[in-house]
Amino acid sequence: MLQSLYFSALLLSALSGVPGLVRPARGGRMASWMLVGSALCALGLAGSVLYGGLTWQAELRWALPGAHFLFRGDPIGTFILVPATLVPAILSFYAEGYWSDGAHADTAPALRLFFGASVACMVLLCAAANAVLFLFGWEIMAILAFLMVTTSDQDAAVREAGWIYLVASHTGALMLFAGFALLALGTGTGFDLGPLRPGFASTPAGTAAFLLLLGGFLLKAGVGPLHVWLPGAHAAAPSHVSALLSGLMLKMGILGVLRIIALTPDPPLWWAGLLTGLGAASGIMSMAFALGQKDLKRLLAYSSIENVSVIALGLGLALAGKTLALPALVMLGGAGALFHLLNHALLKPLLFMGAGSVMHATGTRDLERLGGLAHPMPRTAFLFLAGAFGICALPPFNGFAGEWLMYLGAFRGTQPNGWVWSVVTLASLAVIGALTVACFTRAYGIVFLGEPRRDLAHPAHESPRSMTATMAVLAGICLFIGLVPAVLAPALQAATRELGPGLPALGSLANLKALSLMALIGLPMGLAVWQAIRRAPSTRTGTWDCGYALPTARIQYTASSFSRMLTDGFRWLLLPIERIPRIQGLFPRESRFQSQAPDTLLDRGLNPAASFVASALSWLRFLQAGHLPIYLLYVVLTLVALFAWTLQ
Amino acid sequence: MIRNLVQPALVLLAQMALTLALAPLLPGIVNKVKALFAGRVGPPVFQLYFDLAKLLRKGAVFSRTTTGVFLAGPAAAVAVPFTAALLIPMGAATAPVSFAGDAVVLAYLFGVARFFVVLSALDTGSAFEGMGAAREVTFAVLAEPALFMGLATLARLAGSPSLAPMLTAAGQGWRAAGGPLALVLTAWVIVFLVENCRIPFDDPNTHLELTMIHEAMVLDHSGPPLAAVLYGASLKLWVLGALVVKLCLPLRGTWWIDWPAFLGGMVLLAAGVGVLESIMARLRMRRVSQALIAAVVSGTFGFLLLLLA
Repeated sequence: MLQSLYFSALLLSALSGVPGLVRPARGGRMASWMLVGSALCALGLAGSVLYGGLTWQAELRWALPGAHFLFRGDPIGTFILVPATLVPAILSFYAEGYWSDGAHADTAPALRLFFGASVACMVLLCAAANAVLFLFGWEIMAILAFLMVTTSDQDAAVREAGWIYLVASHTGALMLFAGFALLALGTGTGFDLGPLRPGFASTPAGTAAFLLLLGGFLLKAGVGPLHVWLPGAHAAAPSHVSALLSGLMLKMGILGVLRIIALTPDPPLWWAGLLTGLGAASGIMSMAFALGQKDLKRLLAYSSIENVSVIALGLGLALAGKTLALPALVMLGGAGALFHLLNHALLKPLLFMGAGSVMHATGTRDLERLGGLAHPMPRTAFLFLAGAFGICALPPFNGFAGEWLMYLGAFRGTQPNGWVWSVVTLASLAVIGALTVACFTRAYGIVFLGEPRRDLAHPAHESPRSMTATMAVLAGICLFIGLVPAVLAPALQAATRELGPGLPALGSLANLKALSLMALIGLPMGLAVWQAIRRAPSTRTGTWDCGYALPTARIQYTASSFSRMLTDGFRWLLLPIERIPRIQGLFPRESRFQSQAPDTLLDRGLNPAASFVASALSWLRFLQAGHLPIYLLYVVLTLVALFAWTLQ
Repeated sequence: MIRNLVQPALVLLAQMALTLALAPLLPGIVNKVKALFAGRVGPPVFQLYFDLAKLLRKGAVFSRTTTGVFLAGPAAAVAVPFTAALLIPMGAATAPVSFAGDAVVLAYLFGVARFFVVLSALDTGSAFEGMGAAREVTFAVLAEPALFMGLATLARLAGSPSLAPMLTAAGQGWRAAGGPLALVLTAWVIVFLVENCRIPFDDPNTHLELTMIHEAMVLDHSGPPLAAVLYGASLKLWVLGALVVKLCLPLRGTWWIDWPAFLGGMVLLAAGVGVLESIMARLRMRRVSQALIAAVVSGTFGFLLLLLA
C-alpha cells in the first residue's frame, strides 16, 4: 500500500510534463493536477509514516555491480518529501500564468517536463537507501536543474550562471562519489546506506568520508563558502524555477547531512564544531551580501544561503548532543533544523513568486528602479509582506517556531554539563535575525512602499489571479503553521528520533502550545489597535517630510542608502566596486555615484584561481583530442588497468 | 480548580492594569528630572496623559503615498510591549505567562515592532524617515546579541531559559555572582537606552537633526496614530525598564515589600535616565555602534566569568 503510494508520487511527477508535449494547449493544467496527485500521495505517506509510525521498504533488481533499487520510507525522508511535492504542485499553477504557453511557446513545454522530472528526482532521493541509486537521482536532478536555469539562454549572464552551476554541481558530485565509496568501508553492507560501524567515524577513512560527503552535500545546499554557484543560478532561472531550486533542491543537500548524522553512531565533537562554525560564518556573511544586492532575486538567493546556514546551526547542535549524549540537544537541534527546513521550503517560494510577479508587472528586478508598487499591486504586496515577515522568523509566523526550538537547544547547551560552544549558535542566531530584519524591511520597503522611483517601461499592473491565488495558498499554510505549530510536533519528533537512539519527546522539552497562546493574545491586540486608529477621521495630503514644498521620488532613501551603514561595516568582506565622482568647480556638472557588491569569493578568489589552473594545465589538452574512438580507447585502457590491478 | 485559576487571573489583571496605567508616568518623571537639572519648572509629570487625551480627540493626517502598512507600525508599537509585559515578573508577582524559551519570544516580539515601525517609516517615502529606519535596523544588529549574551548568562545562573526564574535567580545571585551580573547589567542598560531612543544614543525631544533615529521614523504620524506611537514608546520603556529593575531586585516573597520596591526601582530608573540625559551629550553615530559593541563584549565577558565560577 505505502509502496504504491510512493511509486504513484514518483511516476505522477516524473510524467507530469509529458501530456504537454502532445497537447500544449492543456498541458499546463494537466501537469499541475498530476503534481497535485503526487503531493496527495506524499501527504498520505506522511500521515502513515510520521503520524502512524509505519515504515516501508521496496527492492528491485538492477544489473549493476553494488547497486540495486533499494527504497526505504523512513521518517526523515518522508518529512522532506511533503514540501518537495506539495510546493512544486502549487508552483505549477503559478507557472501557468507566469511562464504561459502563449507567451513562451518555445520553452514552456520543455521547462514543464524538466520541472516535473526534477520533482521526481527529489522524490527518489527522499527514499533512496542505496548510494548508487542516490547518486543516480542526484546527477539527473543536477542536470535537469542546469537545463531549467539556462531557459533564457540568449542572455550571456544566464549562460554563465548555468556553467558555474554545472561546474559546482559536478565538483560536488565527484566529492560524493569518493565519499560514498569510502563510506562503504564503514557500513559493511556494500553501497546500501546502513549504520556505520562504531569507531569508523574517527578513523582516517571515516574522517575523509565525512569531509567529502559534507563538502558535496553542503555544496548542493549552498552553505558558504560553497555557495558560489547559488546567487547567479537563482537569479538567472525563471521565478518558479528559482523557487524550486531555492526552496527545495537546496534541501536535498540538507537531507544528505541528516542521513550522515543518522547513520553515524559516534560522531566526533569536531563535526559539530565544524557545522556550527560554517553555519555562523556563512549565515552572517550571506546576509551582508544580501544587504549589498540591488537585484531582488539575488537578494532572495543570498537569503537562502542564510536559511540553510541556520539549518546547519541546528544540525550542529544535534551532532554535539549526539556526541556528548545530551538527548535533549539532539531533539531540539534536529527538530529545529527540520522545522526551519519546512518553513524555508514554504516561505522562499512565496517570496520568489512575489519577485516573479514584480518582474512580470514591471519588467525589472532592480531595486533602485522599483518603488511604490503597493498601490498598483495590492495583493502581491500583501502576500510578499507575509513572506518577508515570515522569513525574518518573527512570531507569530511559522519561521519563528523553528528558530525558537534551536534557541531552546542552544540555551540548554549553555548549562553546566552542556555544550558551551552552543553560545556561538545563540549569538549568531541573534545577529542573523537582526540582519534578516534589516534585509527584508529593505527589500519590501524599497520595492513596494514609498513613491515610484523611475519611469518603468510600462505602468505596473496586478498579476493575474492565478498567480496571486497560489501565493495566497502558501501564505495561508505558513500562517496556519505559525499559529498552531504544535500540529507538527509528532512529525518533527518522529523524524528527529531517526538521528539518535533514546530521544525524549519533543513536547516535554518545548511547549509549542505556549506560542499559540502568545499569538492568541498579541495578534487580536495588534489588529484591534490597527482598526481603532484607522477609524479616526483623517485627511490626505502629501508626505510632510519636514516641509519640502516640491518633494520628488529621488530624495527617497534608496536600497543602497538604506543598507549603507551596515554594508560599510562589512566592507572588508564585500569589497564593493565604487565609482565616486570628483566634484570640482563652482558649477559642477551632473554626476553619478555608483557602487556594486560582487560576490567576493567567486569574482576575486575562484575565477582568477580557476583561470590560473586552466592555463597551468593547458599542456594536458592533448588528451582531449575530440574524437570519440580515442575516448573509448581511454575507457578500455582504464578497465584493463583496473582488471590487472584487482587480479594481481 | 476555580480557586486555582482565580489567583493567577487576578495577578494577570493587576499587572496588566498597572502596566497600562503607569507606563506614561515614566517619560514624565524623566522630563521633570531634566527640567530640574536645567533650572526649569518643566511640564507636569502627567503631561503625557494630557497629550494622549488630546491626540486621541484629534483627526489624523495621512500622506497620499501611504498604504495600510503605515498604521501597522503604531499598532505593533502598542501591541508588542503589551504582549511582552505578560512575560516579565513585576513586583511580587511571577510572570502571568511563563514557559521555557519565553526569553526568546520577548526578544523577537520587539523584532516584530521594529519590522513594522521601519516599514511604516518607509511607507511615507520621506527621506528623513528612511534615514531613521536605516539607523534603527543597523543598531539592532548589535543590540540583539548584547541582549542574548545577557540572557545566556542568566539562563546558566538560573538553570532555565525562562524569564521568571532567570530574573529571580539574578536578583538573589548578586552575592554569589556579582561580577557576571554587573557585566550583564551594563550590557542591558546600554540596550535599554538604545532601544528606548535615549541620550546618549538618540534624543527623543528633537525632530530634525541629522542624528535622529526613532523620532525621524514617526515624523508623519499625527492624531490617534501618533498617540499610539507615544503610548507604545512609554510601554516599551516600562517593559524593558522592568527587565533591568528585576535584574537588580531580589524577590522577598511578601507583596508589601516587593511591590513598593519594584515601583520605587522603576521611578529611580526613570530618574537615573533623566540625570544621564542632563549630564551627557549625544554620541556621534560612529560611537553608537562602538558603545553597542562594548555592550556585546560586556555580556560575553559576563557569560565567560560565570563559566569560570
